[in-house]
Amino acid sequence: MCDTCGCNITKGNEHLISAGGKLEKTQSGREAVTVLHSLLHENDHTAQHNREHFNAHGVIAINLMSSPGAGKTALLEATIKALGDEYGIAVIEGDLETENDAERIRQHGVTAIQITTGSACHLDAHMVHDALHQLDLADLDIVFIENVGNLVCPASFDLGQHRNVVLLSVPEGDDKPAKYPVMFRTAGIVLLSKSDLLPVLDDFSPERAEGYIRKLANPAQLIQTSAKTGAGMPGWLNWLRESIEENRVALQDAPGLPGHHHHHHHDESMVVAAQEPVARGPGQTRV
Amino acid sequence: MHELAICQALISQVESIAKDNAACSVASITLGLGPLSGVEEHLLRHAYPVASAGTIAEGAELNIQSAPIRVRCSECGKESDARPNRLLCGFCESWRTRLISGDELMLVQLELDKPETPASEKLTQFN
Repeated sequence: MCDTCGCNITKGNEHLISAGGKLEKTQSGREAVTVLHSLLHENDHTAQHNREHFNAHGVIAINLMSSPGAGKTALLEATIKALGDEYGIAVIEGDLETENDAERIRQHGVTAIQITTGSACHLDAHMVHDALHQLDLADLDIVFIENVGNLVCPASFDLGQHRNVVLLSVPEGDDKPAKYPVMFRTAGIVLLSKSDLLPVLDDFSPERAEGYIRKLANPAQLIQTSAKTGAGMPGWLNWLRESIEENRVALQDAPGLPGHHHHHHHDESMVVAAQEPVARGPGQTRV
Repeated sequence: MHELAICQALISQVESIAKDNAACSVASITLGLGPLSGVEEHLLRHAYPVASAGTIAEGAELNIQSAPIRVRCSECGKESDARPNRLLCGFCESWRTRLISGDELMLVQLELDKPETPASEKLTQFN
């Protein structure tokens, strides 16, 4: 949704502002100002700025979200081991406290910027913007943003990412998507992490987890992964490579960006689609 | 909880709009909040007095309009009501639907008190 063309007037709110609607009349002596801005207007604006910054360097930004301890850092370590020679990778780490995760990543020879949020339960676009000042995007292909471990708050804040990855670890139970629909709606891919525990925790049904994801109208692929045994890693790495390629193609088609070599009419629809905040729907096709 | 952060973003927007319109205080704030916005109404109401204290928005009435969850089916084309964790088409049960309402997180309208304002003047800004 953008704030300029009126596309933010939906079936759900149009009655509020149409003639005779609840908000059309005002008490005498007062002035009613119709605004129709997202409450996160400022965050969304900075997120878009971040995205343009990534785009200008041909970098894909991937937002990793999950509950605490689902294995985001372990997944990143395994990913860096597998792709470190193929791609330039950096990581932005979000945690309430400690540099522990950033130090784990740095041991693999990859730049990691730690954001400590204090008491804040999520990363926002401004924090990522500050981290980007410490990061040279010139030699990078992928920036992973490891969000604060939390299945609630991070879903509401666009950071400027191109893709959302949500991890659901086997010990958490297969009904998490039903309990946290706002988060799991945004997932571009769902990784059922710690899948090596499936034989022990046999009440976790991957099929049921998939059913809950579909009930959120989300077509996202689910992959069982284990950073420990390496199971499922090829599927995840494939998805990453495909996403990088899709992002490159999208950047080439978008006007005013590096690699753009022709103008045609459907460029415009792509740019409009790119402005849709990620938290408001599956974040599959963002540029 | 992130409702305080959202409330602070709200107050900063309200302050800027009140300033642009030369208001002396804010009488009411109307928000549109969908069940899939990720924001809880009661937590927002708790956070509001804290976030607004000492600002031009302190004491403003907070109206929260909840939008229904509605989906449009990509298979049968019909629109139906849905629930937060069941966004299936109400007619054909397909999961290939698109949300058309229910994720709103929006500042809809402000009522401003202005010094010596001509009564019933209505100002609309879409920016």
